[in-house]
Amino acid sequence: MSDMDQQRRQFLTRGSAAMAGLAIAPGLTLFDFAQARPAGEPASSAVRWGMLIDTTKCESGCNDCVTACSKENGWPEAKTTTDVQWIRKVELKDMRTGRQTSLPMTCQHCAEPPCVEVCPTNASFKRADGIVLVDKHRCIGCRYCMMACPYKARSFVHEPVLDHDSDMPRGQGTVESCTLCVHRVDKGEQPACVEACAKGGHRALLFGDLNDQNSEIYLRIRSVTSIQLRADLGLNPGIAFVGI
Amino acid sequence: MAQNKTFAQIESRYFYALVAFGLLIAAAGLSAAYFMEEHGHVVTGMNNQIVWGVPHVFAIFMIVAASGVLNVAAIGSVFGHAVYKARAPLAGMLSIALLAGGLSVLMLDLGRPDRIIVAATNFNPTSVFAWNLPLYSGLFTLVALYIWTLLERRMNRWIKPVGLAVFTWRIILTTGTGLIFAFLVARQAYGSAILPPMFIVMSFGWGLAVFHVVQSSMYKWNGKTQDPATLNRMKNLLGIFVLGTLFLVAIYHLTNLYFAKQTAFEHFILRDGGIYPGLLWGGYVVFGSLLPLLLIYLPGHGKEKNTVAASLLVILGSFSLLYVFIIGGQAFPLSIFPGYEVSSSFGDGQIASYHPSLPEFLLGFGGLSIAFLITTIGVRVISSLLPHDSHARTQAD
Amino acid sequence: MKALARILLPLMLLATAGWALADDLVAVAGPSGPKLDIGKGGHCVEDPRFMITNHMKLIVHQRDETMRKGIRGGKYSLADCVDCHASKVNHSVLGSNQNFCQGCHAYAAVKIDCFECHSSKPREYRKASHLAAKDVK
Repeated sequence: MSDMDQQRRQFLTRGSAAMAGLAIAPGLTLFDFAQARPAGEPASSAVRWGMLIDTTKCESGCNDCVTACSKENGWPEAKTTTDVQWIRKVELKDMRTGRQTSLPMTCQHCAEPPCVEVCPTNASFKRADGIVLVDKHRCIGCRYCMMACPYKARSFVHEPVLDHDSDMPRGQGTVESCTLCVHRVDKGEQPACVEACAKGGHRALLFGDLNDQNSEIYLRIRSVTSIQLRADLGLNPGIAFVGI
Repeated sequence: MAQNKTFAQIESRYFYALVAFGLLIAAAGLSAAYFMEEHGHVVTGMNNQIVWGVPHVFAIFMIVAASGVLNVAAIGSVFGHAVYKARAPLAGMLSIALLAGGLSVLMLDLGRPDRIIVAATNFNPTSVFAWNLPLYSGLFTLVALYIWTLLERRMNRWIKPVGLAVFTWRIILTTGTGLIFAFLVARQAYGSAILPPMFIVMSFGWGLAVFHVVQSSMYKWNGKTQDPATLNRMKNLLGIFVLGTLFLVAIYHLTNLYFAKQTAFEHFILRDGGIYPGLLWGGYVVFGSLLPLLLIYLPGHGKEKNTVAASLLVILGSFSLLYVFIIGGQAFPLSIFPGYEVSSSFGDGQIASYHPSLPEFLLGFGGLSIAFLITTIGVRVISSLLPHDSHARTQAD
Repeated sequence: MKALARILLPLMLLATAGWALADDLVAVAGPSGPKLDIGKGGHCVEDPRFMITNHMKLIVHQRDETMRKGIRGGKYSLADCVDCHASKVNHSVLGSNQNFCQGCHAYAAVKIDCFECHSSKPREYRKASHLAAKDVK
């Protein structure tokens, strides 16, 4: 190839690289600015909401996420075995090493949810953007999803609900679980547990769009070792854990 | 051929007393269901760890027995044994009765029983529960059709094909019942391919046991005795099914014991779990299998009352087995963090406790009494449902 | 055949009359029906007569759009209905036969299922503490 062609080639290569860099740069931010979805627009499968939980930052005895969830979604603090718990703190002790950890446990928002498979009425369903929900209009309260969930994420409402929340309808005789604060997420906000954890200074919970290559969660999940719970079941949960 | 006197001619007072008793229990069951719906499931012993309780034990027994009782009919219509042919109409009636009873209990235990129409109109093809709806209603229709082919002389030529359809349908239905549990991959008690065949063999035994009890009662109340040869055959058949079930249950536990990850669960069920090993070994193995086998196979025990006793014990054993399977299977904690000791406010890592409540038992017995009422009234109204054996003799003979 | 006609014909006439008069029947239920506390009142999302006959269909359609597809800001939001129509006296659409939803539903003897799960109180009235729930009814 002639010298002139070589120079042209180099110019074009470097020039396009510079242009590409200029185009991408504004999108690269370390923080995830979640955008509220415009009114009238349905949830999109281009998005997959997920969470990364850093158990090394999670304190045993801290219940900020649990308290925040219960206040946000209108379920009373759990006292008995019939009380509902959308999120709970689990204390773990490695039987081999004795090392102790703590983590919050919720619905894992699987990509292949067993609860959705077994629900006879399609009440348990996965929204296009990956959030697994219970459609209370269809739930007949058979509790089959509760039997099927490997994470014991679901709770049954054993008593009449007296103080309803406008944003999070819930009622007696239906099954419910963590909704990833879908009413907040749709407005561009973070789930209540994530917000509370950040406010409390622990920063153990990171929420974001797993499909967004510019999001903090996307980048972080590729830079640290994390696992999904019961990965052997092949459910591909949307929640991953660091430190266990 | 000795023609049966209709029940009405002999013991109508007893009939009304039986029906009154049945209605009373059914009413108690219905009021328990109302109580549960009004106040929520908090009035039962069920909670977020044990989500299916005593009502499900009753319901699944009835549904499995409903399918199994059709075996008697199938042996007659499909496999051509004359003595069983005479019993086919009663078997069909019993099947409908038990299915109705079992389904009533299941539906009334729902959190929102008023939403049955929602269940019927929203169908999730990946859910075995959803498949149950057409399977069960299909069985009702097919069995009704089958009884018609048996009783209507002009339809007799359809007995064999319809009987075959009923037999096939019920195998599919019982497989579905087993699959309800087999598909639950997450729980150590379930998620096993052996469950559908196990349920099918269980259905053979439990259905025949129920049939024995009902048949013997009807013969007695009609002042007739059964032909000893027929009784002997049916008694031995029960023995085979009891042995078959025992075999499959043993294989299920032995296989589980072999896997290191399942050992803790098996130790819980077989040794450490308190009521669960108690019911499994005592209720199911000893009283529900070994003792009936003795009554069936030991020479000199061929009397009818021993067969009835064996059948009743088998039924008792089946309730024990179902209790251990359904409730014990839920009591053992999920293995979410293998290799870790866990604890939480939601029962993680702990054996769940369950104290069955009165409403649950009332609901279960209510379902049984619905089955009882349908059988009692059905047999009285359609007296040709009674086995009109040419071998039946009156007690005076 | 004649007997059949004698039964069917009047029935058909009745049905036709009923269908033609249906609108008027509903209208009659309005002014001479229950007196309702209409809450904030003002302009509804649709014409009142249309709402009386069709609100249930609108709500049912909207709920699937919101719940299953995640479409927010729909015109027929139940929470918006409650915000406007909750009584200024007891801050609810239920509680007495003067309240907006309960009034007509009690009159027409149609059970409402919505408020088993949905709040019958407007958003701004939502109690901050759920532990005091037993006091609220």
